[in-house]
Amino acid sequence: MNRLPRWLVPALVAPPALGLAVFYLWPLGTLVARVVRPGSIAEALGAPGIARVLWFTLWQAVASTVLTLLVGFAPAYVLARYRFPGRRALLAAVTVPFMLPTVVVGAAFLALLPASWHGTARAVIVAHVFFNIAVVVRLVGAPWAVLPTDLTAAARTLGASPRQVLRHVVLPLLRPGLWAAGTVVFLFTFTSFGAVRLLGGAANPTLEVEIARRATQLGDVDGAAVLSVLQLAVLAIVVWWSARWQRRATVQFHGADSTRRARSRSQRRQVASVAAVTAVMMATPLAVLVSRSFRLGDGWSLRAWRTLGSAEVRPGISLGVDPIASLATSLRFAVVAAGISVTVGGLAALGISSARRRGRLLDVGLMLPLGTSAVTIGLGMLITFDTAPVDWRASWWLIPVGHALVATPFVVRALLPVLRSIPADQRAAAATLGASPLRAWWAINVRHLRRPIAGSAGLAAAISLGEFGATTFLTRAGSETMPIAIARLLGRTGEIPRAQGFALATILLVTTALIIAVAERQGVLDARDA
Amino acid sequence: MKHILFTGIAATMLLAACGDDGGSGDTAPAAITLVAYDSFPTKDTPLNEALTEFTAETGIAVSIVTAGDTGTMVTKAALTAGNPEGDVMWGVDNTLLSAATDGKVFDGEPRVVDFGDVCVNYDIAWFSERGIEPPATLDDLLLPDYADLLVVENPTSSSPGLAFLLATIQHSGEDGWQQYWTALRDNGVEVVDSWDIAYYERFSGAGGSEGDKPLVVSYGSSPPAEVVLADPPRTDAPTGVSAATCFRQIEYAGVLRGSPHPDEAAQLMEFLTSERFQRELPLTLFVYPAIASVELPEVFTKFAVIPDDPFVIDPDTIAANRQQWQDQWTEIVLR
Amino acid sequence: MLATRDITVRFGERTVLDHVSLQVATGEVVALLGPSGAGKSTLLRVIAGVLTADGGSVWLDDRDITALPAHRRNIGLVFQDEQLFPHLTVAGNIGFGLRMQGIARALAAARVDELLHLIGLTAFANRPVTQLSGGEAKRVALARSLAPRPAVLLLDEPLTGLDRDLHDRLAGELAALLRATGTTALLVTHDRDEAVAIADRTITL
Repeated sequence: MNRLPRWLVPALVAPPALGLAVFYLWPLGTLVARVVRPGSIAEALGAPGIARVLWFTLWQAVASTVLTLLVGFAPAYVLARYRFPGRRALLAAVTVPFMLPTVVVGAAFLALLPASWHGTARAVIVAHVFFNIAVVVRLVGAPWAVLPTDLTAAARTLGASPRQVLRHVVLPLLRPGLWAAGTVVFLFTFTSFGAVRLLGGAANPTLEVEIARRATQLGDVDGAAVLSVLQLAVLAIVVWWSARWQRRATVQFHGADSTRRARSRSQRRQVASVAAVTAVMMATPLAVLVSRSFRLGDGWSLRAWRTLGSAEVRPGISLGVDPIASLATSLRFAVVAAGISVTVGGLAALGISSARRRGRLLDVGLMLPLGTSAVTIGLGMLITFDTAPVDWRASWWLIPVGHALVATPFVVRALLPVLRSIPADQRAAAATLGASPLRAWWAINVRHLRRPIAGSAGLAAAISLGEFGATTFLTRAGSETMPIAIARLLGRTGEIPRAQGFALATILLVTTALIIAVAERQGVLDARDA
Repeated sequence: MKHILFTGIAATMLLAACGDDGGSGDTAPAAITLVAYDSFPTKDTPLNEALTEFTAETGIAVSIVTAGDTGTMVTKAALTAGNPEGDVMWGVDNTLLSAATDGKVFDGEPRVVDFGDVCVNYDIAWFSERGIEPPATLDDLLLPDYADLLVVENPTSSSPGLAFLLATIQHSGEDGWQQYWTALRDNGVEVVDSWDIAYYERFSGAGGSEGDKPLVVSYGSSPPAEVVLADPPRTDAPTGVSAATCFRQIEYAGVLRGSPHPDEAAQLMEFLTSERFQRELPLTLFVYPAIASVELPEVFTKFAVIPDDPFVIDPDTIAANRQQWQDQWTEIVLR
Repeated sequence: MLATRDITVRFGERTVLDHVSLQVATGEVVALLGPSGAGKSTLLRVIAGVLTADGGSVWLDDRDITALPAHRRNIGLVFQDEQLFPHLTVAGNIGFGLRMQGIARALAAARVDELLHLIGLTAFANRPVTQLSGGEAKRVALARSLAPRPAVLLLDEPLTGLDRDLHDRLAGELAALLRATGTTALLVTHDRDEAVAIADRTITL
């Protein structure tokens, strides 16, 4: 590591750090500056109901996290350690909901759940679990998949019962994955916007929803700013604490792909039943969403679909957003956002894994946007970039930048573990092969990153497609994205707009699924090349 | 492989950058945008025909952008002040005017374009079928006879919703209105986000609506709309107005500060307050024109209700307390 | 006494073990010789209970343990690549089996010390196992399997991969250790000299 050129780490770290400073820290600072006035904090925090909102946000996030970890455990195990026909499809089925826009998931559960569940906390939690199972499957499944089978065999020959094996060998080695999954799910559910908006109703707002409501409806930007800072404080603590634990818990071991076909009959039965239940669990809400877009009253109808492009609520009265145009806008933004995220995220991951102590600062820094209200990001940008020379508020690219802010942490989190788990001796071996330290370093890292980068690009594009909170602020007439359009349609109570909302959500669902599928294949192809 | 990927992404980014920049640049000469609330028609009505005439005369094309309910529209305008989404904004009312002026939304003074009264409307047929008298006053709405029948709009997002809230504040006093709303909530009032949803999706008396609520907060001029738009045509109004529940609402329009086309915007403002445009208002937006010289159509004078003594609160009081009232209302009714 | 009768294992089309029977007397050290791929490791796994055979049975002291799960067989297995638990220290690894048996902490600690002494790594108690050299790791793996006093100890190529000097030294140590503890052992190797050096008897697969 000492033999790498001195300019390398700064060169890697500077662009992401600069981007973070300009597009995130500065807007945040502007918000905070607005807030730090004598009395205004007390006034905003004293507004009726804030304590209740904060409490609800906390407990629903914890409940969602715990429930997701529990529900996702079995699927993670089966998908990580067994090869079986349809495994790829099942993995995709589990992953798609996570990449779906929160409005789509919210729409699916609006379609699925009975009316008595609408506007309740349990609807929100159920949707959160559905959404985030993929996190558990991937982040817990990743270390589980490379957990050498012989390690558990060794434990068994030492007298460990299956439960003891789980407790003393598997779980400790899964701990980094469990922590990572738990943190991500908590962050996601704490700042959840679309799902809470659609399913929680006016009676169950989280901090995020309340921030948006204050700013976009009440016009109380100062109050929204205070809540944003409060939310950020809570989450910064969570992220810092978890990052500390995760690094301490990371144990480097020579993982080997431990997936195998189920051998015994009982193993096969176990795998089959978990796979079946998981498949049904994942498919049902989305299937219902699609089918509801074809239903009007008690019968089937194509009317919602046929009238989708007209953007009319009633003759002459416009919905205010053209659903089909929003599709084009969303796709454009997604491509740009993915490009930015992968570039910045790749540089950051390389920099963080090479920089040790300074890297940790950038690591935490890049995670902050994840923990910050997406709405806050949008709000901050809106009030910061409104005067020359940074009068970018009306610029088209500000929205994809906002999306990239949210997507880059995911890219980094995907790339970092790959970089960090490159065994030290592989690096050493590369260095002794005669190439310059820089070339060796680059070759080793790039080889391991090729596949994750392709996947990350797809993930970033999917995140951009679905981003709702920040876009709500920056959206301008004529360039609305699909989530905005869907939320507007589903905000109405009439049957046709609802069905149209389900239809548009279906389109977004299919588009996102396609992007993910392509990205996955790209990753697989790369692996075969390597 | 990676090179191809990166090149592809870079190329697409460049293409996207060179493409449409999202609506804030117009290539056609002298085209401006009118920002209005979501119930403002964007095409096919006489109002739109009038605008087409304006375009033919002046060469200025007008595109209409609807920005949601009034509360959202005004807040968005305040947030984008100086860099507006359009050139002229229509529909800020007296309840939200302070929000607009505080946010420095307008260039110069906004002008009055119409007025009306926000009142509780009732479905005549629904009540007569059951032999119940429709509610006459605000206090009547608390009676168990009218439980679960009323739909109102959220005063945070909707201006008629806010107007109704102000009416109850004026009625019950600053110390009593919270109890009023607690009682109203307990009596099963339904809250929706915007007037459009309340009237056209939840109200049973609106033409084309599948709603089941016979009481809605709407306008004193809504009954004429039901007569005019009825299909098949009818000669009597299917809905009525509880005149003792009305709040006087005045709507304004103005040039948005920072508009790239201030001259054209000024011309449009002139047109919006001209007789040619104003005479279409009663039967399209179902409001009273600001200009006294416009002759009101017969169906309007016959079926619209103008209360003798609508509730009124002075603008300064509204400006000072609006946010707080909205907050307290949210706490009482929604949480 | 350990015995296998007609153990048959198939992986898909391939028959890896075909009706293999052998016996190891109590206290005996037997070496199983054969070229790579002959199924020696597979046989060890079947005996240990971590792999289910397609046919045949395993007997321990005249009891049919074929259906008994691995964690109840009291048969230790030293893996070719050690398979030390990376999240535990040397002492933690060695004491793992004792913890699983629920042995009192003080007693377990004493046994761990005893084994550390036996393998000559007393100073290494709290070292993370990821920092061990090849030879040290093999010794820890051996100690770990010995700690719970298994009825039988299976060793899968225990000395493969070590350089000549270390190999010879450890061979001697291993032989001495097995004799000193009176362990019934079945040792798999492809090196005839190693087999002769350590075992009492050699079988060829």
